[in-house]
Amino acid sequence: MDLGRRAKDSALAAFVALILAIPLVGFNTNQPGGNSVGTRWDWVAIAVAVVFVGRFAIGLLPPRRQGERPPVVSLFLTKHQHILGWIGLGIAIVWPFLPFASQYLLDLATAVLIYIMLGWGLNVVVGLAGLLNLGYAAFYAVGAYTLALTAAYWNFGFWEALPLAGLTAAIVGILLALPVLRLRGDYLAIVTLGFGEIIRIILINWQSFTYGPNGVNGLPRPTFFGLPLAARAPGGGKTFAQFFGIDFSPTQRFMFLYFVTLALALIVNIFIRKLRRLPVGRSWEALREDEIASRALGINPINVKLSSFAIGALLAGFAGAFFAARQTFVSPESFNFQESATVLAIVVLGGMGSQLGIAIAAIILVTLPEFGRDFAQYRMLLFGAAMVGIMIWRPRGLFSLRTPSIHLSDAKR
Amino acid sequence: MSALLQVDSLTMRFGGLLAIDQLSFAADEEKITAVIGPNGAGKTTVFNCLTGFYRPTAGSLALHRAGRELRLERMDGWRIARDAGIARTFQNIRLFAGMTVLENLIIAQHNKLMRASGWSVAGLLGLRRYRNAEAAAIERAAAWLERIGLIDRADQVAGTLPYGDQRRLEIARAMCTEPVLLCLDEPAAGLNPHESHELNRLLLSIRDKDRVAILLIEHDMNVVMGISDRVVVLDYGKKIADGTPAAVRSDPAVIKAYLGEPET
Repeated sequence: MDLGRRAKDSALAAFVALILAIPLVGFNTNQPGGNSVGTRWDWVAIAVAVVFVGRFAIGLLPPRRQGERPPVVSLFLTKHQHILGWIGLGIAIVWPFLPFASQYLLDLATAVLIYIMLGWGLNVVVGLAGLLNLGYAAFYAVGAYTLALTAAYWNFGFWEALPLAGLTAAIVGILLALPVLRLRGDYLAIVTLGFGEIIRIILINWQSFTYGPNGVNGLPRPTFFGLPLAARAPGGGKTFAQFFGIDFSPTQRFMFLYFVTLALALIVNIFIRKLRRLPVGRSWEALREDEIASRALGINPINVKLSSFAIGALLAGFAGAFFAARQTFVSPESFNFQESATVLAIVVLGGMGSQLGIAIAAIILVTLPEFGRDFAQYRMLLFGAAMVGIMIWRPRGLFSLRTPSIHLSDAKR
Repeated sequence: MSALLQVDSLTMRFGGLLAIDQLSFAADEEKITAVIGPNGAGKTTVFNCLTGFYRPTAGSLALHRAGRELRLERMDGWRIARDAGIARTFQNIRLFAGMTVLENLIIAQHNKLMRASGWSVAGLLGLRRYRNAEAAAIERAAAWLERIGLIDRADQVAGTLPYGDQRRLEIARAMCTEPVLLCLDEPAAGLNPHESHELNRLLLSIRDKDRVAILLIEHDMNVVMGISDRVVVLDYGKKIADGTPAAVRSDPAVIKAYLGEPET
């Protein structure tokens, strides 16, 4: 493209930017005293200039040819996935002891771990079995509310409620899967989307059972083999700090929850990795690749779909219990569609099927809005720009190469 | 002695279209039976009824296995593959394209491995029972890869194989389910003469060495006439001829269906 045409192209882009910028940044109502509307034409001019120069600069770059770039980054990452995974685990273990680790960073890391677990769980359904699920937050909610309601009604502790949370979510997953077994693709996505909303609305409206929109608070935190991590033990028992003869500090509580979450995340990781190499995991992938062919090989598609939904829901239920214990409070508003969308974005961004990719994507998606706090109102803009950037540079996710579940050499172990 | 597969008065109607009309034929054990006919004669529809993808409008499909009679028209597709032991390939190849060659053959042994893995419990615990079953499955797959000449590509992604290799792999995958009847939908389509010659040898070895009966749809007359023990000819959903390749070749009804009436 010659310079003249490039300039014309850039001018067109600048014109579009002008139209968008006038209403978006041109007016300012945030005046002290209220009603007056200010204008910011200088901002509009800056926006238009940035778009013009940017567009012109992009045109100067050598054209990218589609499909001809060897997946160097992807190959590198996939080859060294093991090492990267171990490095990640190492960082996760020493994280609370790093000099800059604060209560806030510890809490953030716990949230990241919960999202990693959610991502791995949804990956079973979307990444492996290829069933698009837009209502994943529903299972997350079931897990969280199982902890909340068993604590509220029967005084269950965290550890008693945790397996129950997974189990209840898995049962709900199977119940949802039963009527939608015949659906695929877009239709399945719509039904799961509706299901997610149904659960949330039930939680809001069934006031007498779920405490409605006010939510449930005072939820139990995990104890260390019965020793609570608190300043005083209820009922005159010993606390964790008293038992070990150390001074109590709230940081211990954050650290403990972090390590418990990390431990469960590791178990989930190993569990899924094992499942993927078992017949059940391969049947999920076969279903994603070609349902008709897998039926012709004698695989019952109903079992395959039910198992993937149940396992995915089970893991969401566990993650939900951790979420509830971290907040010690749940309300229906924590489980809206945005939650499902975020988890789905983590799976897609990570590269469907890759556990390490999902972990990295979860770190990015959960911490990015936090980093942006200094930018106040612009943080969602930053978030959006980062997502667009990742999708441009790595359209098939961070780790798009799949590792085979079995090798010819495996027979000679 | 009754035939392995007995098709009796099979009828399939799609709305106003009568795709198969009162079709009866049989396929014998350890024999290759070919179903031929002009385009649109209803060959693939017969296959789809046989493998449970369509439910026939009327008629019966009976498979005789180990002294038992299984009525295929009442079974789901996956049950036909698992319990009746009918494996099939597809006209447009349906491999698990994103998975490796070996994985394709291992998935074909799903039901056996699933039992061995104790519905995943024994597998998760890494019990010897499952490890042995997995090693045996790999061995079976490797033996088939040797036979179809793809052993060096075992860990390659199936979708990247050349067309002819994909065809052979799909047959090997079907054979890994340990069927009693192998149904092939145009296995020679798109193959060059050399590849189609190799295919003939493979199919004959499946009949003679594995003692598995084959039912195939084919347009390539070299394949049909070269290896079939029996040929069934369809036209407009009706059977017009049934016999040895030589007899069918000289049947006036068949010549008429394929070439049209000679001008007088």
